[in-house]
Amino acid sequence: MSKAIKSITNPKLRLEILTPQEVKKIHDATLWIIEKVGVRFPSKRALEIWADHGAEVDTEKMVVRAKAELIEKALKTCPPIYALAARDPQQDLPLDGNHVFVGTDGCGVEVIDIKTGMRRTSCLQDVRDIARIADATEEVAFHWVPVSAQDMPPETRGLHEIKAIWENSSKHVQTESIYNEREARAAIEMAALIAGGKDKLRQCPVLSLMQCSAPPLGHDSGSLEAALVAAEYGLPTGFMTMAANLTTGPATLAGNLAVGNAEVIAGTALIQLAYPGAPVFYAAAQTASDLRTGAYTGGGPEDFLYGAATNALSDFYNIPLSMGSFATGAKEPNWQAGIENSLSTFMASIAMSDMLLGVGFLHGSRIWSFAEMMMDCEIFSIIHKTMQGIVVNDETLALDTIAAVGPGGNFLSQKHTLKHMREIFLPQFMDRRPFNEWEAKKDDGRDWALAKARKTLETHQPDLLDERIRSEMTKIISSLEKK
Amino acid sequence: MTEELFQKMAQSVLDGDSDAAIVLAKQAIADGIDPLEAITKGFVAGVNQVGESFACGEAFLPELVMAGEAIKAAVSTLEPEMQKRGVHRTMLGKVVLATVEGDIHEIGKSLVGTMLAASGFQVYDLGVDVPAAKIIAKVQEVDADLVGLSALLTTTMVKQKEVIDELDKLGLRKKVKVMVGGAPVTRDWVQKIEADGYSEDAIGAVGLAKRLVGAA
Repeated sequence: MSKAIKSITNPKLRLEILTPQEVKKIHDATLWIIEKVGVRFPSKRALEIWADHGAEVDTEKMVVRAKAELIEKALKTCPPIYALAARDPQQDLPLDGNHVFVGTDGCGVEVIDIKTGMRRTSCLQDVRDIARIADATEEVAFHWVPVSAQDMPPETRGLHEIKAIWENSSKHVQTESIYNEREARAAIEMAALIAGGKDKLRQCPVLSLMQCSAPPLGHDSGSLEAALVAAEYGLPTGFMTMAANLTTGPATLAGNLAVGNAEVIAGTALIQLAYPGAPVFYAAAQTASDLRTGAYTGGGPEDFLYGAATNALSDFYNIPLSMGSFATGAKEPNWQAGIENSLSTFMASIAMSDMLLGVGFLHGSRIWSFAEMMMDCEIFSIIHKTMQGIVVNDETLALDTIAAVGPGGNFLSQKHTLKHMREIFLPQFMDRRPFNEWEAKKDDGRDWALAKARKTLETHQPDLLDERIRSEMTKIISSLEKK
Repeated sequence: MTEELFQKMAQSVLDGDSDAAIVLAKQAIADGIDPLEAITKGFVAGVNQVGESFACGEAFLPELVMAGEAIKAAVSTLEPEMQKRGVHRTMLGKVVLATVEGDIHEIGKSLVGTMLAASGFQVYDLGVDVPAAKIIAKVQEVDADLVGLSALLTTTMVKQKEVIDELDKLGLRKKVKVMVGGAPVTRDWVQKIEADGYSEDAIGAVGLAKRLVGAA
């Protein structure tokens, strides 16, 4: 099995999407929004924290207005660098600004069945299968809960999901589907079983919690309280804005960035005020709503720009970024999926976003496709290779070899060729066969990707989760279930 | 003269200009124009034109929403005059809308409300995080034809079923049609909870509502 995790590091490609002055302008706009317009925090506990630190709190509307100094002071305690721990310590992920890691996307509601190819409602077995395949790939570095285990009770669904992932993979789990205090506390108990105690979670955060904001300029009560629980125990937590042009944000990109930034920054400041130094990350999946339906698009030039620009913001605040890329709006793995997922992931990668979410979805993160999952992994591998750029030195200029071949020869039988040929990217799912061979079969990357997923599921054996830990987890979950 | 006023009314809706729509509605009252005529020949004509431009790809969602808001402003300005004259607009049906309990996601539901109101439905929007009992009470109070239930989370989606089950228990299911919506709602889910229909967007919701009340 694969223990190696592929990440983009020491890139040769660079992009300045926003000048430092432009970043500062967006930051100032953000502070103005938080101070003058305010952000909604519909949680008694959150409002008390804000009030204790001198913010202006409208308890009836649950809107907080905080001065720039308070926000800037709070953000100073964010740790700039930390690691996401894995059940297998070899697979820990340093969030140090010099690595780009990919996760599985989440949280979808339907799955294209790996055996039958039919679309159906997602269930717990899908969470297991996806985790197991992701465990085997070198591209997927960590997990989100990919699909909703809709055959499990709503009140403990989020716990069944993380348990299923831990049972099938030794990589880090970042859940985006636990958004209330009760489940968050139980999840901490479960994570502590792996880390070896609640006091070990800070050093060994095998779980992180991602929470969605409620744009424009709001948060959800359960999400806030779950995030505060995570921070209390030193588990990394972050707020994701999905503020979208036209609907939950202004039609202009800069304005929408400011709205999203105000949500994330205000939420992050709250966490730091409550637990200074708690590991936090910035999360975003901003997009433009469709002009005709108002729906989430999951692709398009706006997404690509947000993918790179958001990292300029998170770098400014010096905190890691979890960035939405991939997540095509296409209904099946096709032309649109290839373009959207390649460009969004390229733009988020060239800006060195720490975490990318994620592989596997169609129809704007709603329908899981195992073929798309494997092809998204290949997209990341292509970008990984591209980001290495061109190395120029005596060895790569190969002057001796060029002289040896001379005009008119060929390089196939050169030692230098043999030495370096494996640096050339070899795709798994691109069709480079002779035409006749294609014509005889008429298959393509989608078929090969699905075949690979099926084979991986059949053959891959992840490191088992300790039986005692499993049964303790089961006990924790069932104690929360309605009898 | 009156024709000219009707045209201006239509234009105010086309421009999505609520302020202008209110001024024109007041002028109609001052001029003694039948408020129902002002609505149908003036403002609704504007809504229809925006609808047509939208259908052929020339207008976009924000224009529909603004047109919807303009006609809403005009109608509420004309409301006292209609009461005075003892006349009523003929509506396509009464719709109770809500985002279900435990869920605070508002925008999709509100968009559906605006579109339905602009298309001639009487809309009672109960807001977000609304318990089933409150929805049922409103349905009974206004004698609703339709209920629209929104949910964005798979964990709150189950509340859509709760409302349907409640309506069933009260024997109201034959009379009250239920439509559901929200990103996680799928055809399978709709069949499972025996809702009468769903739509993936607000425009589709109008067509669905019209079909459910037999107006399409």
